[in-house]
Amino acid sequence: MTELQTLQAPEKLPSSGGKTKGKGPQGGSRKRESRGSLAFSRSARIKALAKHAVLIITGGIMIYPLLWMVVSSLRPNELIFREPGLWLNSLELGNYTDGWSALTHPFGHYMLNSAVVVIGSILGNLISCSMAAYAFARLQFSGKKLFFGVMLLTIMLPFHVIIVPQYILFSQIGWVNTFWPLIVPKLLATDAFFVFLMVQFIRGIPKELDEAARIDGAGHPRIFLRVILPLMVPALATTTIFTFIWTWNDFFGALIYLTDPEMFTVPVALRAFVDSQSATSWGSLFAMSIVSLLPVFLVFLFGQRFLIKGIATTGIK
Amino acid sequence: MSAISELSSISRRKGPATAEEKRANRRDNKAAYIFLLPWLIGLVAITIGPMIMSLYLSFTDYNLLQPPEWVGLDNFTRMLEDARLHNSLRVTFTYVLVGVPLQLAVALLIALVLDKGLRGLPFYRSIFYLPSLLGGSVAVAILWKQIFGTSGLVNQVLAMFGITGPGWISDPSTSLGSIILLHVWTFGSPMIIFLAGLRQIPNMYYEAAEVDGATTLQKFWRITLPMLSPIIFFNLVLQIIGSFQSFTQAFIVSGGNGGPSDSTMFFTLYLYQKGFGQFDMGYASAMAWFLLVIIGAFTAINFIASKYWVFYDD
Repeated sequence: MTELQTLQAPEKLPSSGGKTKGKGPQGGSRKRESRGSLAFSRSARIKALAKHAVLIITGGIMIYPLLWMVVSSLRPNELIFREPGLWLNSLELGNYTDGWSALTHPFGHYMLNSAVVVIGSILGNLISCSMAAYAFARLQFSGKKLFFGVMLLTIMLPFHVIIVPQYILFSQIGWVNTFWPLIVPKLLATDAFFVFLMVQFIRGIPKELDEAARIDGAGHPRIFLRVILPLMVPALATTTIFTFIWTWNDFFGALIYLTDPEMFTVPVALRAFVDSQSATSWGSLFAMSIVSLLPVFLVFLFGQRFLIKGIATTGIK
Repeated sequence: MSAISELSSISRRKGPATAEEKRANRRDNKAAYIFLLPWLIGLVAITIGPMIMSLYLSFTDYNLLQPPEWVGLDNFTRMLEDARLHNSLRVTFTYVLVGVPLQLAVALLIALVLDKGLRGLPFYRSIFYLPSLLGGSVAVAILWKQIFGTSGLVNQVLAMFGITGPGWISDPSTSLGSIILLHVWTFGSPMIIFLAGLRQIPNMYYEAAEVDGATTLQKFWRITLPMLSPIIFFNLVLQIIGSFQSFTQAFIVSGGNGGPSDSTMFFTLYLYQKGFGQFDMGYASAMAWFLLVIIGAFTAINFIASKYWVFYDD
């Protein structure tokens, strides 16, 4: 896809590129366009160069803070506030060892807690959302339109409208300071975004495949497990990746439900770190911030294709 | 295509069911409900049940310890007089009305630059998209707090030019601006939606316009914008709904108290303080419903206004 575009680019750019400049006489007259291709391709090249320059500068500004945080985490504390640059004179790993053991538990403990919540959430979303999506995409049932509409509406429902009673409910059954309030809703397909994403995907799978399976005597469970699920791996991957990132980053839910340091997930632990250290040790705070971002970054690196596709088709964040 | 256009098309797709459909209907009914069971339980127990409960609580005084006490419209009249709440509305509206258009404008601009078969597109796309993924995290909020701190990165850079910058985060006049900037910084996900939309505009329109001698600006106003309007609309609705619910950034940057002098006291942050700081659950529920009404009203206005500016090709 992208290769195709770059191949087309030299042909496409002159016609649109030459006009935009509009400063030389060639820019105005269209008849000369085919002949003066040399002049046009030069201006196209200049235009492409300008674009690259703009993009590199903007992109540089965009990721500069992140790079600066990485470098700062490797600097002694007193230098962080004096060095806007990215060069390192010496490698200071003390921030990482200090930060790792700065809280009640080693930071790995919080990472493990987060991992439990993340894995539970991913399994929950994969199972429950794919089941609901199969029903919406393939089955006829009474109230389908109503339910589908309600499902779409819940995508847009603000979390805050239900958080107070949810909290009361979960605290009354003794689930505060457990991971259940963070995992159980995923087991019940409350992330309707993914139901919608999967519905869209299943709609793209030819119905003839189900019908063939049905003629062979397969019931719905078998069609779902043997025909649909194996074919919707890309949608499942997108769901996995987004659930990973969102759950890993989830602060609000964890802040409300997890008050015992023993149960803290990474975001709440980081926040506790800010509170306990105030401005004294930015180095170790940055170091642990980097550690906390690392899993998200790795998922981003390996799951980009699915992330981009998932966003482009459904608009999930 | 998208959840939003799907929703608006549901009512349109009507028609009497044929006899065959009815038969299929009966056959599939039971299976469908079994497949939907987790979702249905979730809908009742995690969504609709709590919504009704929250509506009830909004008319009560409830602190989790004593049973809820019915107080009628008290919470809502309290909201009318609550100056901190009015301030939090002002902060949130500023954030949404400035941050969302700004973010979408940047997203569209970069998408336009990236659109026409540029070499290295995947690379640039990744660079611009990465902040979207990290932007909601506590770690980035911590970073932001430092960058815009009195001796933070921004002021270090300004110092190189001999400028003494303010304490961006600690100054009430710039603190909200810093958080808006964080929001703009995460323009990557709307950008990707724009890129997908731009790719769907048929090239023949541009070719025809070129034959007619249209300038780049004309092509942008007459072709790109109208053809992209459903995507712009979609991004707008999503971003507004999402921005009204922003929490993490304001919480971390302000140290959880919405400071300095309530300049970053977002509505959701105030709601959190009322509900989970002071356990004033009745008031928090009333606030939550008010938020729902605001978001609903904004979405409705968006949909009504969209009739005048969103152009559907089909």
